[in-house]
Amino acid sequence: MSILVIAEHNNEEIQSATANTVTAAKQLAEKAGCEISLLVAGHNCSAVAESASAIPGVSQVLLADCPALDKQLPENFAPYLAELVKSKSITYVMAPSTTHGKNVLPRAAALLDVAQISDITEIVDAETFVRPIYAGNALQTLKSSDSVKTMTVRTAAFDPAELTGGGCSVETLDAAADAGISRFISEEVVQSDRPELSTARIIVSGGRGMQSGDNFSMLEKVADKLGAAVGASRAAVDAGYVPNDMQVGQTGKIVAPDLYIAVGISGAIQHLAGMKDSKVIVAINKDEDAPIFNVADFGLVADLFDAVPELEAELG
Amino acid sequence: MKILVGIKRVVDANIKVRIKADNSAVDVEKLKMVVNPFCEIAIEEALRLKESGAATEVIAVSVGPDSCQEQLRTALALGADRVIHVATDEITQPLAVAKLFNAVVEKEKPGLVLFGKQSIDGDNNQTGQMLAALSGMPQGTFASELAFEGDEIIVTREVDSGLQKVALKLPAVVTADLRLNEPRYVSLPNLMKAKRKPIESMSVADLGIDITPRLSTVTVLNPPERSAGERVSSVAELVEKLKAEGAL
Ligand SMILES: Cc1cc2nc3c(=O)[nH]c(=O)nc-3n(C[C@H](O)[C@H](O)[C@H](O)COP(=O)(O)OP(=O)(O)OC[C@H]3O[C@@H](n4cnc5c(N)ncnc54)[C@H](O)[C@@H]3O)c2cc1C
Ligand SMILES: Nc1ncnc2c1ncn2[C@@H]1O[C@H](COP(=O)(O)O)[C@@H](O)[C@H]1O
Repeated sequence: MSILVIAEHNNEEIQSATANTVTAAKQLAEKAGCEISLLVAGHNCSAVAESASAIPGVSQVLLADCPALDKQLPENFAPYLAELVKSKSITYVMAPSTTHGKNVLPRAAALLDVAQISDITEIVDAETFVRPIYAGNALQTLKSSDSVKTMTVRTAAFDPAELTGGGCSVETLDAAADAGISRFISEEVVQSDRPELSTARIIVSGGRGMQSGDNFSMLEKVADKLGAAVGASRAAVDAGYVPNDMQVGQTGKIVAPDLYIAVGISGAIQHLAGMKDSKVIVAINKDEDAPIFNVADFGLVADLFDAVPELEAELG
Repeated sequence: MKILVGIKRVVDANIKVRIKADNSAVDVEKLKMVVNPFCEIAIEEALRLKESGAATEVIAVSVGPDSCQEQLRTALALGADRVIHVATDEITQPLAVAKLFNAVVEKEKPGLVLFGKQSIDGDNNQTGQMLAALSGMPQGTFASELAFEGDEIIVTREVDSGLQKVALKLPAVVTADLRLNEPRYVSLPNLMKAKRKPIESMSVADLGIDITPRLSTVTVLNPPERSAGERVSSVAELVEKLKAEGAL
């Protein structure tokens, strides 16, 4: 038995979602009694493999470095992954539940003729896993009868593993073929000096109550004082106030920071699905009956246009 | 070009579901059932492609018990040309649904398959990717914009880092994200008319697919409840409390 973790990276650096997935893999490795390999698939990504080899608890790094895997297009990556799983007799494949992981892993699972378990939040034993369904309103425990178990890992449910201190070998794999049915064209990566939503210790999120994209600068000022990330509700993204990568919720990013400050957000179940596991929740809303107050540790009924500038001033 | 659309029947997104007393499943009995919101976006896109002349026929397909014919009627009322019901009372997991769709794809040979990115009951986010794998089609998941260029479809995808554009050779599978379009409403007269339209029905046995679930449910439990905390009366009090809590 062995576990293969698919590393999340941008050909230059390992991304944080990998660290949470390694924690899940270590818990599984203990229960299943097996070793962990980490796959770095991409192009010109040997530096990533190099740093991955220092992750404690990983026994081996597999490096697949070739043009066909550059952007990890699923048409090229999934068949390659499926073959790798067969040739190395891998029994578990784990990927972070990011847009990359969700894109590639189900395609590989179908090629292997096995199910995928999405978004696991707990490992019960070597074949039993817990995952949220219905926007987190129910927790389903599933037992898998497949010979290869593939799963995506909800990163907010597992603490990040240490990424340095270990040392293992790197095995270079053969190149992947280009299936010739898909091409990468371009990417608009949102640049920000603030922490990423998925790793931030504090998140300040705005909703429709913000009224405009410009008004989000009020939240950014607070975020900068706190070293926080800025998030948003779907309504704020749909209205064009902020870009899609800021959406928190059932169908956006799932986060669990130490402190989540929801400003002008009503608290629909789909939004709560993305943040209700935060340690401390603050809600600022002018409607005292807003459902967000039902999950908030501290609720302030106020007009955000007064409260947010005051908060910024109060933080010094 | 034919477009095949996957339509799933799910509990209305506004309902907070309850779990059965024996913790075996979510209790969906007597709840309002609707077309999965992401499938609504998928069918809307298919209809717009037909209206713009890019597509010639829109076929909606649903896998499930007879009750899901209700959602196929909605698809007809919205403007689907044909609907296919793949009938089964068994629990169907994404791999099984993808295999059934693959059998339908082999019969119908669509130029494009449009799915939702995720069903809001199971929150799986798998079926489109799995169908793409089984049929050998490329996939454009989490689509927020589509354009045709020659024998390719250009898909703008909502990814964690922002937006990504890919070109896929047709036929392709595309899964709809929230911002692909704003679905139209179904009108009552059209819904009445749709009642008289035919629904093509086929069984799992007709398609010759083994749909035995690979995953079995052990339990379904309530998540830990979060209770309302306290109200603070001013920003100063809020900051003070957060500091005392160690959150700031
Ligand atoms: C399939 C599906 C998936 C979805 N996925 C997501 C998701 O991933 N994430 C998500 O967030 N939503 C999601 N939604 C949408 C969700 O149902 C809600 O519509 C959305 O979260 C509402 O956003 P909001 O709270 O910003 O807006 P609203 O519900 O309009 O709330 C605005 C709030 O701002 C308050 N307000 C207004 N002005 C002020 C002011 N001056 N001062 C203080 N307060 C003020 C109001 O009192 C109100 O409570 C999804 C919906 C569906 C159907
Ligand atoms: N039983 C079904 N019938 C028709 N389409 C389905 C069914 N299950 C899933 N789909 C399609 O696959 C998409 C993603 O579902 P899922 O993988 O379950 O999250 C849905 O939005 C539908 O378009």
